[in-house]
Amino acid sequence: MIVSRRWLESLLGRPLEGRDVSDRLARQVAPVDGVVPIHQDLREVLVARVLEVRQHPNADRLSLCVVDAGGAAPLEVVCGAPNVQAGKAYPFAPAGATLPGGLKLERRKIRGVESNGMLCSAKELGLGVDHAGILELQTDAPPGTPFLEAVPIADEQIIIDVSANRPDLLCHKGVARELAVSLAATVKLPPIPASASQSPVTRKDRGVVDGVEVRVDDPEGAPRYMIAVIRGVKVQPSPPWLATRLQGIGQRSINNIVDATNYILFEVNQPLHAFDLAKLRGPAVVVRRATSGERIVTLDGVERKLTPEMTVICDDQRPQIVAGVMGSAESEISAATTDIVLECAYFQPTRIRRTRRALGVSSESSYRFERGIDMLGMPEAMGRAIDLIRALAGGEMREPPIDLWPEPQKSRSVFLRDARVGHLLGVPVPRKEIERLLSAVGFVAAPKDDRLAVQIPGWRPDVTREVDLIEEVARLRGYDSFPDELRPYRPGTVPDAPAELTLHRIREQLVASGNGLLEARTLPFGPADGPDAVAVLNPLSAEEAHLRSRLLPGLIRRVEYNWAMGNRDVRLFEVGTVFRASGRPTDRPAEELHLAIVLTGARHPPHWTDSTNAAKLPDMDIWDLKQHFELAVGLAAGSDDVQPAANGSGWGPLEADAPKWAAPLFGLEVKIVVAPPSPVRYQPLPSQPSVVRDISLVLPGSVTAGAVDVVLRRQGGRLLERLDVLDEYRGAGLPAGTRGVTWRCTFRAPDKTLTEREAVEVLERMLRAAEADLDVHRRQA
Amino acid sequence: MSDLLAALNSLRERLKEIPQADERRLQELKTELLGRKAGALTDILKGLPALDPETRRTIGGAANALKRDLAHAIAARELELKRGATALADVDLTLPGRPQWRGGVHIVTQVVDEICDIFKELGFTRVVGPEAETERYNFYALNFPKDHPALDAQDSFYLGGDVLLRTHTSPVQIRTLESYPPPIRIVVPGRCYRRDPFDASHSPVFEQIEGFAVDEGITFVDFKATLAAFARRIFSPTTKVRFRPSYFPFTEPSAEMDVQCQICGGSGCAACKQTGWMEILGSGMVHPAVLENCKLDSEKYTGFAWGMGPERIAMLRYGIPDIRLFFDSDVRFLEQFIR
Ligand SMILES: [Zn+2]
Repeated sequence: MIVSRRWLESLLGRPLEGRDVSDRLARQVAPVDGVVPIHQDLREVLVARVLEVRQHPNADRLSLCVVDAGGAAPLEVVCGAPNVQAGKAYPFAPAGATLPGGLKLERRKIRGVESNGMLCSAKELGLGVDHAGILELQTDAPPGTPFLEAVPIADEQIIIDVSANRPDLLCHKGVARELAVSLAATVKLPPIPASASQSPVTRKDRGVVDGVEVRVDDPEGAPRYMIAVIRGVKVQPSPPWLATRLQGIGQRSINNIVDATNYILFEVNQPLHAFDLAKLRGPAVVVRRATSGERIVTLDGVERKLTPEMTVICDDQRPQIVAGVMGSAESEISAATTDIVLECAYFQPTRIRRTRRALGVSSESSYRFERGIDMLGMPEAMGRAIDLIRALAGGEMREPPIDLWPEPQKSRSVFLRDARVGHLLGVPVPRKEIERLLSAVGFVAAPKDDRLAVQIPGWRPDVTREVDLIEEVARLRGYDSFPDELRPYRPGTVPDAPAELTLHRIREQLVASGNGLLEARTLPFGPADGPDAVAVLNPLSAEEAHLRSRLLPGLIRRVEYNWAMGNRDVRLFEVGTVFRASGRPTDRPAEELHLAIVLTGARHPPHWTDSTNAAKLPDMDIWDLKQHFELAVGLAAGSDDVQPAANGSGWGPLEADAPKWAAPLFGLEVKIVVAPPSPVRYQPLPSQPSVVRDISLVLPGSVTAGAVDVVLRRQGGRLLERLDVLDEYRGAGLPAGTRGVTWRCTFRAPDKTLTEREAVEVLERMLRAAEADLDVHRRQA
Repeated sequence: MSDLLAALNSLRERLKEIPQADERRLQELKTELLGRKAGALTDILKGLPALDPETRRTIGGAANALKRDLAHAIAARELELKRGATALADVDLTLPGRPQWRGGVHIVTQVVDEICDIFKELGFTRVVGPEAETERYNFYALNFPKDHPALDAQDSFYLGGDVLLRTHTSPVQIRTLESYPPPIRIVVPGRCYRRDPFDASHSPVFEQIEGFAVDEGITFVDFKATLAAFARRIFSPTTKVRFRPSYFPFTEPSAEMDVQCQICGGSGCAACKQTGWMEILGSGMVHPAVLENCKLDSEKYTGFAWGMGPERIAMLRYGIPDIRLFFDSDVRFLEQFIR
């Protein structure tokens, strides 16, 4: 919401300072997004007095003016305007100044005579359409005074971030009302010459006003509906004061009738619509639901299809207005209009919201109807609008306006207990103060028993229960007026989430020195990454139309990004939520925590003691990944019971869009099982010596080291303390299709010294089992 | 004979090289001087039997002594190298040490942890909730009116029916009230989603930290005190804070908390739009309708709640100009925040 500082000044009857207004509003009312001075593009324009006007020597239509622009010496300026006169003051743009629209004035010769600047018209200054001549200034300001200081067009726009619950702040009166509290001022609307208009005539849902039939067939959509008929108006440009008001808040001046309705809109937050009586068939104004398939061409020239969920304003035959949202070109006010029908309505907020969403249009009016306007303030707004139109455009009213209000409402009351104010705010607030604060913004508080009965003004639809009034008390008193010292509290009943503890432990381990992984946080959107991927109904783009069901695809994209940035060594991990469709799309998808790792690049950072040839630095290979996989499994699953990531991705080399210089890419993904860390128990340190034997075995092609490991351990029993792979050998000296693997076996008895013979007995047993079960035998030396 | 003596003397000169030799050079010297097959000294000793006795005695004595000295020096140097007790004078210790890859937790995770840890000291436990939610949990149980403009700020990604990606962590307020009795004191970090285009200051996916306290007798003063204490902990003990009116359907009174601008210190700059303040979090007293929606007596229980964006706090604190940097995962960015 943009409000004009000058407009607020006129309501509060005192000068204001933009920053100060902004600060007061922020502390007590609503955040302010900015204070923007307008007409800043006129900063370089000065007031200049023309001392002498001569005929241009080379052009009949041009004159040569000697101008005092406040400088040391008068300047010569070429001027083409017929109305330039010696002795008068005009806006002057000196050479080098930039005018609105970005035109930079150069000092240049015009028909052979050098001109040192330009005397400006209103149009050239962006202030109006009048280009009959240059703008004559009624000012005593000395020449050289900045134009903005000499004329009352300088203003500041105060941009208020009005929340959805405060429609009352969508107009100058509402903002002024709040400011008046902290400024100890009063709000008075500027007087308009009264036109002795009569009070509206209230009817149920139909009636006739000055020959126009008015009927509300949809009282749900339009609970209160007023129509006035004004005949014999003269449509013309608005007077400067009105155009300036509207321009000050960024609104275009259109004509006196439309501007008058807009003025009332921004003054008291009542949307109004004026239409041309001559264009209304009947003449009739009918408020009803649209019929299915009905169409209307709205003001923006778009044909729109209507539904029965929408309210329309029709003449005798067809819709003229989508109620509260947008009118049509057909019945719009034009220069030829003489008789107008003026509508002042309350439209049901959710109806308006659904309509403008369905049609994809919104307007200043729909924005306000959607938030709820002041139904009780309508007669006053209507009266003011009529007065303003008749003051600007003349015309007469033969009959009072009609007010169709089938179910009149009174103002609501909400009870407030003073004790509850203190109970919630933590500081007692005396009843007198509560009454004073509330009445300052239009609430009427009256004691009733041990409570206050607070009458809610019509412009505050947001206040519906006691706590809303307590908020009013707190904010009007000022949040800063409450203390902020810590008081004792009771501990909560909710335990820490085990998932958070698990994730924390995993992160700590993965970033530890030796692992050296960097945590990534990727966007969980992408193309479908599996059969269970969950589709987003309204994605930002087709490439981001699914939620991830795996982390690896997103991480691979991040590796590719790093490659594009020229980074060769990339070690990333991510822990996060993945989604899988479960049952129907209307069910919440299943969410799982996953851990994924991607590795590519050098195994170690380069060091000067390495070979000087950096290319010899070893890159990470599958065994680096295997180490991380074992680590990840240990951390994430807490056991050997590995759940490979969805779609069997598990771990291994990855395909990616890699540049030539990139190292191979490896990755893994595991599901995180949320569990406390496995308990640790102290093992007594060995007190007996160990016996160590290395065995070299020949494995047939189909036998894995893992299988041999299992057999050896089973036979080794409790005396086999460790079993470590020392070496793998393929090649000469071995039968084709076999390989040699060497293990180191460490034997130890916990309670006695193990003899060589006992150890060898166990070893022989292990070897026999390996031979029997797997056809693995000892390699001949 | 003098030739042989000269050869021995020049070999003795080589003794000086030994204390400076690195491991590889030392092995070369050993082979060159004492090698069993082609060592220089070995050659001389091999030739001794062919000499006349006197020369043999003289040369033999000198050669054996030199052999002993060389062997001794080499052994000493080997030991020295083994111990790593290299003479400092011989090594340029300004050369960099042998590096290892270093890992790091994401800066946003770090900020989340730091914030949660501060609230842990204030008695809050850390819980989480699902990222896909129903409208009931995300909106209506939180007192969002149906078909209300308040929903406009919550432009959501829908998955089907009334299932959407949560637009804030506040649904966990409802889930917690449904599962635990007061007193409740929780912080809830987690991912949230809004249909904002991805630009320098908006991300469709962002982290939020919810806070929520409900008990008998909690007041606006407790609310202000808790959040002001937090602000002074995360910024500095002298940081000024202010609370301003705001609107959230699930809090009443609602407030926004500002802290003194961390860039200009409050005098006004471009970052704080000349106000001297920076908005840190949205908050308020729990709306009684939220408690009532969870079958709690809103006369008896009161509480407060807040939500804040760790990405925004990280950007303010570390001067990060673009929220997309958090998601790019450029290792040069991630490495800056290793600690
Ligand atoms: Zn600042």
